[in-house]
Amino acid sequence: MTATETQGDKVLEVENLTVDFDVRGKSVNILAGLDFALESGETLGIIGESGCGKSMTALALLRMVPSPPGKISAGRVLLNGENLLGLSAGQMNNIRGRSISMIFQEPMTSLNPVFTVGNQIAETIRKHKNVSRSEAMVQAVELLDTVQIQAPERRVNEYPHQLSGGMRQRVMIAMSLACDPKVLIADEPTTALDVTVQAQIFDLLKAIQERSGTSIILITHDFGAVTEMADRVLVMYAGHKVEDGTLADIRNDPRHPYTQGLLRSMPRITSGAAGFREPLPEIPGSVPDLSQRQPGCPFGPRCAHAMPKCHEMPPSIALGQGRSVKCWLAETEGAA
Amino acid sequence: MSERESKGVLYEVDGLKVQFKLKRPSMFAPAPVVHAVDGVSFQIKRGRTLGLVGESGCGKSTSGLALLGLVPVTEGGLKFDGVDLRAVSEADKFPYRRRMQIIFQDPYSSLNPRLTAGDVVMEPLEIHKVGSSAERRERVAELFELVGLRQNQMALFPHQFSGGQRQRICIARALALNPEFIVCDEPVSALDVAIQAQILNLLCRLQDELGLTYLFISHDLAVVHHVCDEVAVMYLGVIVERASRTQLFDNPRHPYTRALLSAILDDVPDSVSQRIRLSGDIPNPIERPPGCRFHTRCAYAQDVCKQREPELVEKAPGHFEACHFETAAPS
Repeated sequence: MTATETQGDKVLEVENLTVDFDVRGKSVNILAGLDFALESGETLGIIGESGCGKSMTALALLRMVPSPPGKISAGRVLLNGENLLGLSAGQMNNIRGRSISMIFQEPMTSLNPVFTVGNQIAETIRKHKNVSRSEAMVQAVELLDTVQIQAPERRVNEYPHQLSGGMRQRVMIAMSLACDPKVLIADEPTTALDVTVQAQIFDLLKAIQERSGTSIILITHDFGAVTEMADRVLVMYAGHKVEDGTLADIRNDPRHPYTQGLLRSMPRITSGAAGFREPLPEIPGSVPDLSQRQPGCPFGPRCAHAMPKCHEMPPSIALGQGRSVKCWLAETEGAA
Repeated sequence: MSERESKGVLYEVDGLKVQFKLKRPSMFAPAPVVHAVDGVSFQIKRGRTLGLVGESGCGKSTSGLALLGLVPVTEGGLKFDGVDLRAVSEADKFPYRRRMQIIFQDPYSSLNPRLTAGDVVMEPLEIHKVGSSAERRERVAELFELVGLRQNQMALFPHQFSGGQRQRICIARALALNPEFIVCDEPVSALDVAIQAQILNLLCRLQDELGLTYLFISHDLAVVHHVCDEVAVMYLGVIVERASRTQLFDNPRHPYTRALLSAILDDVPDSVSQRIRLSGDIPNPIERPPGCRFHTRCAYAQDVCKQREPELVEKAPGHFEACHFETAAPS
């Protein structure tokens, strides 16, 4: 809802990002040439089922792909025009946490249980800024206040186990905001939380974005979260970008059969008796095994519109206004 | 379709309480008690589905387990098909157990990794000594077909299946003894959206074909809205609102129900402006707030809410709410 009015300068540009894993001597393609751009102050939602490469995209952007067995085999990640994939390890450490930071899915496991939360936030601050320990602690308290934690002076000295799940995620957000990053990657930030707490976290992220103009990449499997947060949406399937466009485009006029199937298979809350216990449209089968990729469209075997041409990989077809669809149907006019 | 025909009540729960004693903090201090379920009453009609909704720690799963006799009940009446289960001795409960089954949330951890899928489904038949071994094998094959698995998958181990297929194995296992009543404890929360639809469709089809009665436990209101005839909303061990599906979703009364509904992130942009946002987290069930349990997070809370706990009363025909006030705008 926010940031649609901001200027269209691109903070992050990703070109042909390719990640391969070495599985018992065999190269398995996890990300297949991903292209996207993130504008200043905008939220990009990346959506897909488990195993489609969403989290791997986040790790690849920060060059945190576990290596070995993984490696980024091709592509460029441009942060304000600078290619992150060409930096040294030391330069990259200065980017992580300062220019790009990340919020992980499990606030329980991503905080260190033997340090106070204040210590952990101060560590990030002192890594990137030249401040004293006590000054860093003062900033940590301010950050906890920013993420709306009650009594931050007391909480700053507490350990992660003393906090609830929602508060731990707020601490994670505080930590990621410590150096005013330009890009915030949130990998399933609310999946482990209850619905009412989930709503609070999204409100918080939106408030932060409005104030500081941070661009957010929201990675999720929940289309509801995307509708809540995102300006633009990128749909992934088996390591490919199958479709992207504005939230309204994707929601109201999905072009790729996978996006259409995904949206139709979700139960909706409607008034009255409509839809009650009626069979939901299913996508038959399940996500393909990436180690046994077949040539052609990855969604082909599950697609109701599959045609002989689908044995060839469709190109990403641009439809104008930043929209693209990776499907042969989009080539011919009158695509469903 | 919403008001489906029913043939009487199958399960009647009256004032159910489940408490767990914790370790004493010191030798002389009393043991703290978790009031997991604190006086819950409802009926489940034969062949229909009751949805139990709430956030984690509200006691919905514990209620489900208590109904099956899987956790000790502290207080309250459990009447299954006219029989008071609390008066039945542990030894005599055995025949009742085959009439009620459960499907767990996580199909990854609820299947024994060392048994083949066929053995998993066979196990309840062996425990209850149903038929000869040839008959059991035939029954397992029949169940595999019923839940949409192939016969040749019987010899595979759980790790060779996808999440959706594993949940199908769990469903087959629950159906093995021809139960009347099944507790579905978050059966689709661990699954991807596309797979979720497959499992929900399967559960609905099985209910129609076999006349099953479900207690459907979920935190996902969209899923509950899709499958449940009646819905009970729980908060900190009590039911705060109970109504038919249409009443609850079209005309929610309790502030907590309305907060839950407005927290689901669905594309209803016009409702964004009137969203109720709850602050804070669910209080600790060991130190429940006095009075109305919800008053610490409720926007409408008055002094009376801190002192007196509201009872669940029928505010409209078939629509029960536990609140001192009328907070919902009449529609």
